[in-house]
Amino acid sequence: MMKAMKSNVRNAYLIPYALWIILFVVAPILLILYYSFFDIEGKWTFENYEKFLTPIYLKMTLNSFWYAFLITLFSLLVAYPTAYLLTKTKHKQLWLLLIILPTWVNLLLKVYAFLGIFGTFGLANAILKTIGIGAKQILFTDFSFIFVSVYIFIPFMVLPIFNALEELNPSLIDAARDLGASAWTTFRRVVFPLTLSGVKAGCQAVFIPSLSLFMITRLIAGNRVITLGTAIEEHFLVTQDWGMGATIAVFLMLAMAVIVGMTGSRKRGK
Amino acid sequence: MRRLVQWFLAVFTAAMVLLYLSERLNEMEGYAGGNTITVYNWGDYIDPKLIQAFEKKTGIKVIYQTFDSNEAMMAKIAQGGTTFDVAVPSEYAISKMKEEGLLVPLDHSKLPNLKYIDPRFLNLSFDPNNRYSVPYFWGTVGIVYNRKMLGGKSITSWNDLWSRDLRNQILLVDGAREVIGMGLNSLHYSLNDTNKAHLQQAKKKLDALMPNVKAIVGDEIKLLLANEEAAIGVVWSGDAAEIISENDHLDYVVPKEGSNLWFDNMVIPKTAKNIKGAHEFINFMLDPKNAAKNAEYVGYSTPNKKALDYLPKEITNDKRFYPDFDSIGHLEVYKNLGKRMLAYYNELFLEFKMHRK
Amino acid sequence: MKKHRTWANLYLIVVFIILYMPIFYLMYYSFNSGGTMHNFKTFTWEWYQEVFHDDRLLIIVLNTLVIALLSAAISTVVGVMGALAIYYVKTWRVKNALLALNNVLIVSPDVIIGASFLILFTIAGVKLGFISVLLSHIAFSVPIVVLMVLPKLEEMSPTLIDAARDLGASQWHMLSKVILPFITPGVFAGFFMALTYSLDDFAVTFFVTGNGFSTLSVEIYSRARQGISLSINALSTLLFLFTALLVVGYYFISQKSSRLYGIGGRK
Repeated sequence: MMKAMKSNVRNAYLIPYALWIILFVVAPILLILYYSFFDIEGKWTFENYEKFLTPIYLKMTLNSFWYAFLITLFSLLVAYPTAYLLTKTKHKQLWLLLIILPTWVNLLLKVYAFLGIFGTFGLANAILKTIGIGAKQILFTDFSFIFVSVYIFIPFMVLPIFNALEELNPSLIDAARDLGASAWTTFRRVVFPLTLSGVKAGCQAVFIPSLSLFMITRLIAGNRVITLGTAIEEHFLVTQDWGMGATIAVFLMLAMAVIVGMTGSRKRGK
Repeated sequence: MRRLVQWFLAVFTAAMVLLYLSERLNEMEGYAGGNTITVYNWGDYIDPKLIQAFEKKTGIKVIYQTFDSNEAMMAKIAQGGTTFDVAVPSEYAISKMKEEGLLVPLDHSKLPNLKYIDPRFLNLSFDPNNRYSVPYFWGTVGIVYNRKMLGGKSITSWNDLWSRDLRNQILLVDGAREVIGMGLNSLHYSLNDTNKAHLQQAKKKLDALMPNVKAIVGDEIKLLLANEEAAIGVVWSGDAAEIISENDHLDYVVPKEGSNLWFDNMVIPKTAKNIKGAHEFINFMLDPKNAAKNAEYVGYSTPNKKALDYLPKEITNDKRFYPDFDSIGHLEVYKNLGKRMLAYYNELFLEFKMHRK
Repeated sequence: MKKHRTWANLYLIVVFIILYMPIFYLMYYSFNSGGTMHNFKTFTWEWYQEVFHDDRLLIIVLNTLVIALLSAAISTVVGVMGALAIYYVKTWRVKNALLALNNVLIVSPDVIIGASFLILFTIAGVKLGFISVLLSHIAFSVPIVVLMVLPKLEEMSPTLIDAARDLGASQWHMLSKVILPFITPGVFAGFFMALTYSLDDFAVTFFVTGNGFSTLSVEIYSRARQGISLSINALSTLLFLFTALLVVGYYFISQKSSRLYGIGGRK
């Protein structure tokens, strides 16, 4: 009796979420899978999958993964110390809000600002000139692309890590220090492993969307970087080859499933 | 728990208050009433003062919505959940929309001002007898170059762009037909070439251009050229006119090998609810004085012959943007090449973009 | 030790400077009489006046805020339920399958989400406008809320729940008295993330909007064709200052009241 009631209540949580999954996840997946078997003239075919396995799309896939990896790595390198130091400040919740605040300014506007800042006569080059390095081409390079991407994703990395650090029991750190561990060892052996769940959440929140970045590939990288997202956007909006766009999307979703499977919570061993 | 509940109640209340405010503003503006038309146009492609004048004259409220590509516009209209009364597609989109039955035929008796349009721009291959469309603006594709940055050298042809001195100096517009077309034109092939051997040859030639290409960009190309971020840009004529007015060192040329001639046109999509109002709007825009005002604001070339009388002489005498008949005889209008061929163009363009210096 | 703090502060200062640099850049040029985001000419209020005379722009701002607040609140509720559902699943195979389904919308490029939602709404006969945009925003914000709440739930020690259950707490009691208070930071994080996603989104909205309904990012994108007008900069400046004030104000008020009632002060 008690058990039946419990499972009823549990099912009650499930209803809205399940509805959401069916309507907005499963239905679109099926739609996309369905479209991926049609060529541009609306004929049933496997041609799109054959096309995806040609060098050009494989190269694009590798490119996307490489850039997504770099973006995630740099985001983590910047965000972890930021989150860590934030937890040590006095008004930490306020500072955290202030990290999120810039994301509420329209992305396109910020990207336009970066066009100005990184331009030949922009702020960045003016600084480089005054410190004696001299003007460089910054816009439309790998550097500017990764810089702006990391800029966009930092708050999405800081937030989960900050939450994980907040949950950390300070007595654990004290204990480690009392046992004579150095600051570095304490961090490596105690702090980092215990915040791993936050790091994983952050990496997922950054890596996965950066596989499919578009818009800034054009605005900041001048189409020198072509990601799977750019190709999908082209196929859906310009070429109107929805079949090919859907095929790339299917591969992206497979990749995502693999990533989630790898970083999933297997550690619980249940 | 209590904190959470309070928080969510506050958020809901705030949202409702804002929603109410927005409804009130909508009513105040008259958008909520029945007598409206929805115009679906490119961003900032009309003088807003003309919309006000039209509303005042006819009492019809205009809801103005924008799109950024012909394809996005067609997807919305094909979807059917919208009520656009007037849209402004490019010529190749019109033949496509015609094929798919997305257009309502125009009633010429309600468009008396059609007589002011230059006959050159009427009865074109994409819409015989202008059954579905009326020209809005027209122009060319060409090269903007910065005389100062090039040391006084001038550019006259596509082939000039392959010069070794121009390393990392060229901005291209992000359009498959424009860029592949540039390759084709530089080899003296037609812009509408469907011979795959010719297209491969053009793609090979474009790969050789890559060291000179700084970036392939969208509308921001105007900002970048005006800021002297690069010396050369391949752009549409209207954009060229706009940036030249911002920077004196810039000049525009339609390359001698040939180029593209394009037209944007007003149509009534099948989603229209107020067909009478749509005709009134189109006729209003065809009025020579209004067309002239619009051309002055937007910067593109008007097909309205009578409107030229109302435009300043320095605009209408500018041969770069209002060229003579015979000087544009070698320019080509894009033909609808069919989905398969277009996909092939796009594939080549994608490969070109992936080509590393 | 003192030196340590200076370096730490310096690091944070640099991070904040970089985060706010483009925003200050936008603000600076919103006073430029030259009309562009380069070559500052003279100081002017012109663009701010323009904002207040543009009723259409004001309607769009209101629309954007309504969509953001409503979609964030609703998706937070759905997302928390989802996280609980995933948390209660014991087999990791099912759990991972649910997580993968959850993450589909995060990995899918906006364009695909937009296109597939457009088809979906067509099939369902939903008219394009406020409702379609709101539904889409809720849809793509739910997974991020789940991702923000789930780690919190998993950090909750199982003994806590067992203890509560042993003491005879009902499901509802456990939820409201034990689980929700524990995951509150995650819920807020989820809410703010959802708000962020909604305010930032352009591509999905672009697909599913219609009939005169528009949000700020779509409007900015379509105005960008002729180079962004500085009135957009002015508007962003105002919105930014307003939210900044709200955030700081809210923080200090909640600090004060929690000190009064003695509920805050975690750790």
